[in-house]
Amino acid sequence: MKIAISTSGEDLSAPVDTRFGRAPRFLIYHMETGTFSLKENKQNLNAAQGAGIQSAACVCEEQVDAVITGNCGPKAFAVLDAAGIKVYTCGSTAISEAIDQLRQGQLHPADEANVEGHWV
Amino acid sequence: MKIAVASGKGGTGKTTLSCAMAFAAQEKVTLLDCDVEEPNSHFFIRPEIEHQEQVFRPVPAVDETKCTGCGECARVCQFNAIVTVNGKTLVFNELCHSCGACVRICPTGALHEVDQPIGQIETGRRDHVRFVSGRLDVGQAMSPPLIRRTLEQADAESLTIVDCPPGTSCPYVTAVKACDAALLVTEPTPFGLHDLKLAVETIRDLGVPFGVAVNRMTEEKNPIQAYCEAEGIPLLIQIPEDRRAAEAYSRGEPINTVMPELNERLAQIPEQLKAMI
Repeated sequence: MKIAISTSGEDLSAPVDTRFGRAPRFLIYHMETGTFSLKENKQNLNAAQGAGIQSAACVCEEQVDAVITGNCGPKAFAVLDAAGIKVYTCGSTAISEAIDQLRQGQLHPADEANVEGHWV
Repeated sequence: MKIAVASGKGGTGKTTLSCAMAFAAQEKVTLLDCDVEEPNSHFFIRPEIEHQEQVFRPVPAVDETKCTGCGECARVCQFNAIVTVNGKTLVFNELCHSCGACVRICPTGALHEVDQPIGQIETGRRDHVRFVSGRLDVGQAMSPPLIRRTLEQADAESLTIVDCPPGTSCPYVTAVKACDAALLVTEPTPFGLHDLKLAVETIRDLGVPFGVAVNRMTEEKNPIQAYCEAEGIPLLIQIPEDRRAAEAYSRGEPINTVMPELNERLAQIPEQLKAMI
């Protein structure tokens, strides 16, 4: 199972970025092997509009099964949902801690976006 | 001739000035309310509405039986309004600018344009003023298509005054660039000057000749005059701060009824702008 975690850091000790659409990068974590890679998201950081949509497309390219982030808006959620990617939201904890929480079943997949869109 | 009444800042008196100019004009005049997100010139013109029409804009719709999920449409979209994931194409209409690129590029013809209602245009009349007003539907985010349709109602033969949307972004540019000249309304405060500078920068890029109107002028020293002199911008009218104007506004009356001394000045503005073209 592969997970994309929104972050501005570069390793597992960095905090989860509470923004999904405008997260500077995603840490792609492999549950089975415990290894990770980084996926830059800079092109969407400064998008005039639709950052959530494009960030969702960006993690879809990585063929992940789930996303861990702070907040996920309605359009990003719609895209991730269409791609069959589960969305887990958590506070601004360290990535390693968020992964532990997921392993222990403390995080629950969201049924819908937990924040409103910025373009309503 | 089409004159845009614009400003970088909201609440400076665009509608007050547009309506006052329309009433002061000695000829037939058309007033276009292009501040479609919050049109309010009808409060002052009080026209008899003769006609109302619905306005639509084209947005893409996906035929899933034809879509192969190739993602060409998402690649060509400059506005992040389309995305393809796992072979599925999702369209976000509220981000779509109706440019039509996705429909043209689709290799399998899976996309076609459908009309989405975005607002209404009302037309009416009062005395020598023909009145046209666009009104964007609640929840719609894209105003330029409706602004363009409202602008189409301009009268080529006579004077047209365009009450523009505030700010200096797409709605302002859409309205101002369609006009022959512009009157930038500001107020004699540091905020007014700041936003006037933004409006001036934008309008210079558009190449539309313009002059400035200062609303709520007081005896105090203000930075607008010095700025206009330094930049060589003609200051076409200064409307004094006057309780009568505020009272007229709150009753929904144009300021000319309470400050008739302004009429002559107001009627000259179109001529002065015409000389600048």
